[in-house]
Amino acid sequence: MESNLITEDKQKNKLEKAFEILKTMASKPSGLIGLTIVLLHVVLALISPYIAPYDYKAISPNTMLLAPSAEHWFGTDSLGRDVFTRTILGGRTALTVTFFGSLIALLWGGLLGIFCGLVGGKIDDVVMRVVDAFLSIPWILAMLLIVSLLGTSTEVLIPALGFFYGKGIVRVARAATHDVIAKDFIVSARARGHSNMSIIWNEIIPNVRDAILVEGAMRWSWMLLGFSSLSFLGFGVSPPTPDWGLMISNARGLMSFAYWSVIAPIVGLSSLIIGINLTADAFAKALGIDRSTKAPV
Amino acid sequence: MLLLILKRIGLGFITLFIVSLITFVGVEVLPGDACTTYLEREAYGAALDACIKRLGLDVPAYERYLDWASNVIRGDFGYSLSGEMPINEVLGPRVKNSLVLASVSILIGIPLAIVLGIITALWRDKLPDIMISTITIFSMTIPEFISATLLILIVAIWLGWLPGIVIIPSDATFYELLSNIILPVVAISMIMTAHMARMVRSSVIQVMSSDYVQMAILKGVPYWKMVFRHILPNALLPAINVVALTIAWLLGGVVVTEVVFNYPGLGRLVIESISNRDLPVVQALAIILASIYVGINLIADLMTLMLNPRLKSLQIRK
Repeated sequence: MESNLITEDKQKNKLEKAFEILKTMASKPSGLIGLTIVLLHVVLALISPYIAPYDYKAISPNTMLLAPSAEHWFGTDSLGRDVFTRTILGGRTALTVTFFGSLIALLWGGLLGIFCGLVGGKIDDVVMRVVDAFLSIPWILAMLLIVSLLGTSTEVLIPALGFFYGKGIVRVARAATHDVIAKDFIVSARARGHSNMSIIWNEIIPNVRDAILVEGAMRWSWMLLGFSSLSFLGFGVSPPTPDWGLMISNARGLMSFAYWSVIAPIVGLSSLIIGINLTADAFAKALGIDRSTKAPV
Repeated sequence: MLLLILKRIGLGFITLFIVSLITFVGVEVLPGDACTTYLEREAYGAALDACIKRLGLDVPAYERYLDWASNVIRGDFGYSLSGEMPINEVLGPRVKNSLVLASVSILIGIPLAIVLGIITALWRDKLPDIMISTITIFSMTIPEFISATLLILIVAIWLGWLPGIVIIPSDATFYELLSNIILPVVAISMIMTAHMARMVRSSVIQVMSSDYVQMAILKGVPYWKMVFRHILPNALLPAINVVALTIAWLLGGVVVTEVVFNYPGLGRLVIESISNRDLPVVQALAIILASIYVGINLIADLMTLMLNPRLKSLQIRK
C-alpha cells in the first residue's frame, strides 16, 4: 500500500515536471510559435488520410497544372494530382521517417556515448577516433552510397538516417557523462560495489538525459533537412509516395508557369523545420542547457 | 608547441586512414562489388570478367586496399568506370570549379558574418538585432534546395534579372565561371553567413559579460575603444573553429546547391558518380572531401593555438 502511494506520487511528479517544462517553453513567443507549429503538423499528419479530399496517386490528364481554385485549393501538379492532398500527406511521410530515425539515433548515440565516457581509456580513444572519421565523411555522400546500394525503401532510410545522425549524439553524451562521472554520488555508488550497468542506469542516465534529449531534438530538424534533401535529389522515398522533397524536385522545372505546385511543399517543409528548431531551442532553455555556442556538425 | 602541432597533424592522418578503411570496407560489405553494381543487368560472361580483370577484383581485398591506398598517396585514384578515363582527369576541372564557387562565397560570407554578428551583439534585443537575427535564423534553418529554388523563382523567373540555370561546360574558363555564379554564390553564402553570424553574436555577447570588459567599463574606457581593443580580439578567436566547421559542414550542402543550379563542381560529381554507380569515383570523392574537412579543421586548430597566448604557455609548461 505504502509503496504504491510512493510510485503514484513519483509519477505525478514526473507529469507535473513535464507540464512545467512545457509551460516554461510556451512562456516565450518563439517557444509558443514553435510548439504551435509542431503540434499543428503532428495533428495534420495524424488526420490527413481521413481529410484528404482526393486520392494522392490518382493521375488524370484532364486536371493537369490547374491553378488554385475552390476544387483544388493548392492547384494540381503536372500529372493532374491534387497538390493540397499531397502536401498534407507529405508531412506524414516526413514525420514518420524522421521520428523513428531520431529515436534510433538517440538510442545508439546516447548509449555508446555514455559507455565511452564511463569506460574511458583505450576503448574510448578508439571509438572516438572512428566517430571522428565518420564525422569527416560528408553525410550526403555516405547516405547516397548506402541508399544507392541498398535501395530507397523506408526500411533502409530510417536506420541509415538514425545511424548517421547518431554519431554527433555520441560526442554530446560522452561529454555530459564526463561532467557527472567525477561527482560524489558516482564515486559512492562505485564504493557500494554497484556494477557498471547499474551505475549507468541509476546514476548517469538521469543526469545526462536532458543534454541528450536536447541534442536529439536538434538532430531531429537536421534529419528532416537531410531526408528531404535526399528525396529532392531522387534518393529518398520513391514516387508516387507523397513527399515534400520529391514534390519540390518534380515541380521545380515547371515553376515558371505553375509556381503553386512548388510553393505548397516549400511552405510545409520550411514551417515544420522552423517549428522544430524553435521548439528545440525553447526546450533547451527550459532545461537550462546552453546550445548557443555549438557548431553545426 | 611544435610537438602539439605534430600531434594534431598525426591525428588528422589517422582520421583519414580510418576514413579510407571505412569507405573501402563499406563498399566491400554492402551487397554488390564495383563491377556487378556498374554493369547491373549485364553483369555476366565476358563483360564481367573483363571488368573484374581491369579493376583487379580477383585478388584478395586487403591486397587491393594496400594497392589502392599506396596509389592514392601518390595522387593516383585509378580509373573511372563510366568515363573510361583516369579519375584525376575527371576530378581536375571539378575541383577548380568548386574552389571558385567556395572561395567567392567565403570571401563574401566571412566579412559579412563578422559585421552582422557584431551589430546584432552590440544592439542585442534592439531593432537591428531582431531584424537581422530573424533573417539569419530563417536562412540557416531552411534547406539549401528550398532557398536555392526560391532564389531562382524570385530573382530569375519573377524578376527576370539573372538566368536561373547555369549552363557551363565543366572546363569553363575562370571568367565564364565568375559571370555565371552569382545565384549559387548568393545561395551558399546566405546559409554560411547566417551560421557564422550567429556564432560571432553569441561569442561577442559572452565576452561582453566577462569581468575584464566590466572592468574596462568601470574604468571609463571609451565605448568604441573597448569594442575594438577588448571585445573583438577575444570574441573572434573562438569563432575561428566555428568558421572552419561551417565551411566543412557546407561540403554536404554544396552538393544540393550545385545540383539545383546545375553547376559542374565536385558536388554534382558526387550525384553523377552515384547515379552511374561508379564506385571508384565515389571512393576517391570520399577521401578528397574528408581530407578537405580534416584539413580545414587542422588549420583552424593551429590558428587558435597560434593566436591564443594562454594555450601556448600551457603547452610549454607541459
